[in-house]
Amino acid sequence: MFTSVDDVSARLAETGYLASPAVATTVFLAARLGKPLLVEGPAGVGKTELAKAVATVAGARLVRLQCYEGVDESRALYEWNHAKQLLRISAGRDETWDEARTDIFSEEFLLTRPLLTAIRGDDPKVLLIDETDKADVEVEGLLLEVLSDFQVTVPELGTITATRRPFVVLTSNASRELSEALRRRCLFLHIGFPDEELERRIVRLKVPGLDEALARSVVRVVGALRAMDLRKVPSVAETVDWAHTLLALGADSLDETVVRATLGVLLKHQDDVLKASAKLDLDAL
Amino acid sequence: MTTPAGVAERLTSLVGALRAHGMRIGTGETVDAARAVGELGLADRELLREGLAATLLHGQGQRQVFDPVFDLYFPRGVGGPEQRSAGREDLRDRLADALTADDRATLGRLAIEAVDGFGGYGSSPESDGWSSYQALERLRPQTLLARVRDTIRGRGGSQGFTDRLLEDEVRRRIDVFRALVAAEARRRVAERRGRDEIARRAVAPTADRVDFLFAGQDRLAELRRTVQPLARKLATRLAARRRRASRGTIDLRRTLRGSLSTGGVPMKPVLRRRRPARPELVLLCDVSGSVSGFSDFTMLLVQALHDQFSKVRVFAFVNRIDEVTGLLERGRADPEGLSSRIQGEAAVTGYHGSSDYGMALGEFAERYADAVGSRTTVFVLGDARTNRSDPNLPAVRQIAERARRVHWLNPEQRSRWGTGDSVAPAYAELVAMHECRNARQLSALVARLLPV
Repeated sequence: MFTSVDDVSARLAETGYLASPAVATTVFLAARLGKPLLVEGPAGVGKTELAKAVATVAGARLVRLQCYEGVDESRALYEWNHAKQLLRISAGRDETWDEARTDIFSEEFLLTRPLLTAIRGDDPKVLLIDETDKADVEVEGLLLEVLSDFQVTVPELGTITATRRPFVVLTSNASRELSEALRRRCLFLHIGFPDEELERRIVRLKVPGLDEALARSVVRVVGALRAMDLRKVPSVAETVDWAHTLLALGADSLDETVVRATLGVLLKHQDDVLKASAKLDLDAL
Repeated sequence: MTTPAGVAERLTSLVGALRAHGMRIGTGETVDAARAVGELGLADRELLREGLAATLLHGQGQRQVFDPVFDLYFPRGVGGPEQRSAGREDLRDRLADALTADDRATLGRLAIEAVDGFGGYGSSPESDGWSSYQALERLRPQTLLARVRDTIRGRGGSQGFTDRLLEDEVRRRIDVFRALVAAEARRRVAERRGRDEIARRAVAPTADRVDFLFAGQDRLAELRRTVQPLARKLATRLAARRRRASRGTIDLRRTLRGSLSTGGVPMKPVLRRRRPARPELVLLCDVSGSVSGFSDFTMLLVQALHDQFSKVRVFAFVNRIDEVTGLLERGRADPEGLSSRIQGEAAVTGYHGSSDYGMALGEFAERYADAVGSRTTVFVLGDARTNRSDPNLPAVRQIAERARRVHWLNPEQRSRWGTGDSVAPAYAELVAMHECRNARQLSALVARLLPV
């Protein structure tokens, strides 16, 4: 899939995803070792985006399983199409038993869900298991079989094994501790906040109209906010939002008035806003 | 895919050192790490670092131990720099330039020179070594702050609004340099004394293994940041335990009665129904200087867990006791100022400032007796060092009789209980006392001791 770590960076960059060396290295290894990739980090640093970018680069289909509380086997793996099965049974009312017993548990009546979809077929696929921490512990058990052997067992059909392994990305915001068994099957990647230079490049890429000097100031202010002890520090997504806002307002440099008026784009709690205002001397007029 | 000779050995000793720091790394991970080395090669050290981290680690918290250990086993170089640096002032000049430009690569080279030029001590081969403290003491990078700031301002690199951020930014760059110097000194020492020993002794433990009593300000702040994730983890564990517990045990009487209709064969087991319990928690915290870090952390943790209980009340004492439940709720966004707020707003000291368990517990039993009932679990946090005053055992007995359970968490090493002015053994006879020296022990205890 990739020839080297630099190749990963370059090709991800073509799709508009600027990867840090840590990200590029881990993606390269995941592809080479054929292991799932567990990505953790705060919200809004591009965990899901990474999976999408890899899919684009590899020309693969993105199969996404969005986890939530109560997601279960029938949502994650497969389901039998009961309506169709009933139709099949009632359609054959005049048949003899030998004719009627044709299997209603065959591929025709199977509804594949993301996990099964991802391991069937020969086309390249990227399986994204998003917000794994939101799912119940039981689902992890399900994932273990899929992630270690890339196979799914359907009792009526037998075991279905992947002929072509998908590239798997699991994301987590660490709102629940994932089990040790799951972690062992994955390569671990933590995406934190990017360093100043990378973030500036990201902002410039996503908000092309912004001039270099302003982008630099934006990133520096965000960096200062992150160094404060806030309830929710701004993430990359918020930096980009802020840059868009400034552009829309036609601000060509930062001053107290502009920052005070737009701080709400970056900070999502009132006490954070107050704290940041105090530290940045926004109240002193 | 083969790994170069010697690398396998180095990798296994790296894994050994990480395991010695309490990381659970299986053979499977080691094999993956070796494959990663094969894929990435040894040419680029930072790629190698990320590759090994990805294969060996399971969480970001471990990174803090991993990085220094990695630096020891895969060092940047061997021995000193090729050329000796000219002198202190010259080095300071170049350091100022690198800080101005925020050039990490140069900072790294300067850190090497700094340790080489100013970090060495001793003259005989047995007693000499390298000290980052000494190197930093001679260089005093913090005094470059004003100079670097003025240079940047002078060049017009920072105008208008962002100018006010400059000072903090330069300070952070200096911190980076200090960390680089420390890492370099560690490497040089390791070269001399053997990696394994240094990896075991000189690498700071992860936050959850730091002793509450010996943690400095920065470690405590770091520890406080782990409160929320830890509370989430504990909450899941408690919920799982609750689910299991609610399945209950078999009610023999009702099972047999039900079996009458099937001729005495118990077809349907009937489970005993649990009375819905509403656990209540009371925390008594010693907030005197010596143990305040521990009490602080535990209070925040319990506060974060508050939705697990029908009621949580927190009391703080030094030699007088006062309720601080309200202070904790209001101050959730500001864990830093907690102890000063308690000291400032609650009446926790009387005529003197040293802790007196007898007095405080007696006052609690007297004034807040109604806080403790048959559904209440009481946690007492403190080292039971009562400055030679009366331990007031009857008060503790009285609390223990009223409460469902009383647990005493002591941040001191068990072997030190009873030494000096510690009356821990006397209290331990009345209530269950547990050693609780770091966050890891605390979370294990909390998971075990909290009522379901």
